[in-house]
Amino acid sequence: MSDLSAALVLTDSPQQSVVTESKLIRRLAISIALVFLLLFLVLPLVVVFVEAFRRGLAGFLAAFQEADALAAIQLTLTVAAIAVPANLVFGLAASWAIAKFEFKGKSLLITLIDLPFSVSPVVSGLIYLLLFGAQGLFGPWLMAHGIKIAFALPGIVLATIFVTFPFVARQLIPLMQEQGTAEEEAALTLGASGWRTFLTVTLPNIKWGLLYGVLLCNARAMGEFGAVSVVSGHIRGLTNTIPLHVEILYNEYNFVAAFAVASLLASLALVTLALKSFLEWRHGADLAGGTHR
Amino acid sequence: MRPALSLRLKQSSVLPGFGVTLGYTLLYLGLLVLLPLGALVVKASGIGIAGIAATATEPRVAAALKTSFGISLLAAGVASLFGLLTAWVLSRYDFPGRKLIDAIVDLPFALPTAVAGIALAALYAPNGWVGSLLEPLGLKVAYTPLGIFIALVFIGLPFAVRTVQPLIAEIEGELEEASATLGASRWRTLWSILLPPLLPGVLTGFALAFARAVGEYGSVIFIAGNLPYVSEIAPLLIVIKLSEYDYTGATVIATIMLAISFSVLLLINLLQAWSRRRFGHV
Repeated sequence: MSDLSAALVLTDSPQQSVVTESKLIRRLAISIALVFLLLFLVLPLVVVFVEAFRRGLAGFLAAFQEADALAAIQLTLTVAAIAVPANLVFGLAASWAIAKFEFKGKSLLITLIDLPFSVSPVVSGLIYLLLFGAQGLFGPWLMAHGIKIAFALPGIVLATIFVTFPFVARQLIPLMQEQGTAEEEAALTLGASGWRTFLTVTLPNIKWGLLYGVLLCNARAMGEFGAVSVVSGHIRGLTNTIPLHVEILYNEYNFVAAFAVASLLASLALVTLALKSFLEWRHGADLAGGTHR
Repeated sequence: MRPALSLRLKQSSVLPGFGVTLGYTLLYLGLLVLLPLGALVVKASGIGIAGIAATATEPRVAAALKTSFGISLLAAGVASLFGLLTAWVLSRYDFPGRKLIDAIVDLPFALPTAVAGIALAALYAPNGWVGSLLEPLGLKVAYTPLGIFIALVFIGLPFAVRTVQPLIAEIEGELEEASATLGASRWRTLWSILLPPLLPGVLTGFALAFARAVGEYGSVIFIAGNLPYVSEIAPLLIVIKLSEYDYTGATVIATIMLAISFSVLLLINLLQAWSRRRFGHV
């Protein structure tokens, strides 16, 4: 009987009712989760910045006065500036075709678009070497024509496009599917051109989801390590991206510089997380629910 | 009037741009994803089953595969357990800083793997913040298989949390109220009413964390010590084979890893189909 009365009041005060654990258990569970997250997530982040400033601001800044570091930063920015827009255009095209039309083989196509997420970064690099490396399928032909793809910028860009391939598309497809085609049909009936319909009707509807996808795509493009490591050839000052430069500094026991450069990438991750949380909080409904990766 | 083929391929629509966008999608997908993966298949079939078996049973390769898959299973299991606890705590309890903690769960997705790798190595090294506390207990983490385990738990955690969280949010309050009014203890309600519908999410999270862990490279190699036969992971062995220009060896290891991660992917899809039938949600 007392159970029943407790159950009846629980709609008013769910925290003190029978549908939660006792206070002791709750506190215990929260403590275990927090200690675990502190150990596994917070400390690694903190240690990056502490180690970066181990020799003060001067030591931190010294890492960025090296020509190799600046070359690495420039290369990473270049790669992202090509790979992210390329996947953005692809994401828009793919989501338009998949979300606005009904055709056979659609679910297979979606599975194929997601494929790069289930390939190891190292394997993602390897497959481009098998195509364009000296022993690769097109290697001899490329060599004969003096075109360098592997161990050069094009290879790094291709590998980066591969590992960030699904980000924009997988964000937009469910969102555009949910929105349907009624608004676009109305615009077309009223005489708007296809382009005008896309720019003034579709794009405003998907802008937050698009931004969200681009944000995640960019973070991965700038931070990719395994795939780029395989195709880059590690030529200092030429084919080293920021993450590869971090690896070289670390392996040379130049820890302060390694963590200083790494702190740049960690800051990018923090900004990405902050913007991502902001988008989820402010525009959650426009991102299509439950699209967490 | 559309040609008959296109009528069969797609249902008619007044929206324009189907041909252009689908064509571009297929071309881009074909050139950048399917062609390179095809190169791997071509190379692997050139080696043949016997050749693949011969490389896969080389002691060093077999040891690396065993290390990768064994530790990934273990790490995905631990990440799933703590992921379930974390998801529950974040969804059900209120405490200061909950929103911030919830945002930081995605850190392993956003933090470049090389940065995570050197940070974990610095923390768990014998003179690191955590390593120096564990050293007197005789526990060595960095440069041992235990270090690989730590890195893979880190990388798997967000998968485990994010697959369970939406399912916890979907639980209908009436169920546990009914269970409580019928006299079940809280533990009984948790165990037999609340946990079963979460199981597909936990399993999906486990599979995703496992698939990611098997292929993980950047966050592992700095903390692993990379001792052949002991703490050398399969992706690292691919890199080593490539630096020795042994493309065949690298291809064999990559093929085995791909075959297993695609099987896991298939398993996830079956799991979700089963879950839809059994519980009515993904």
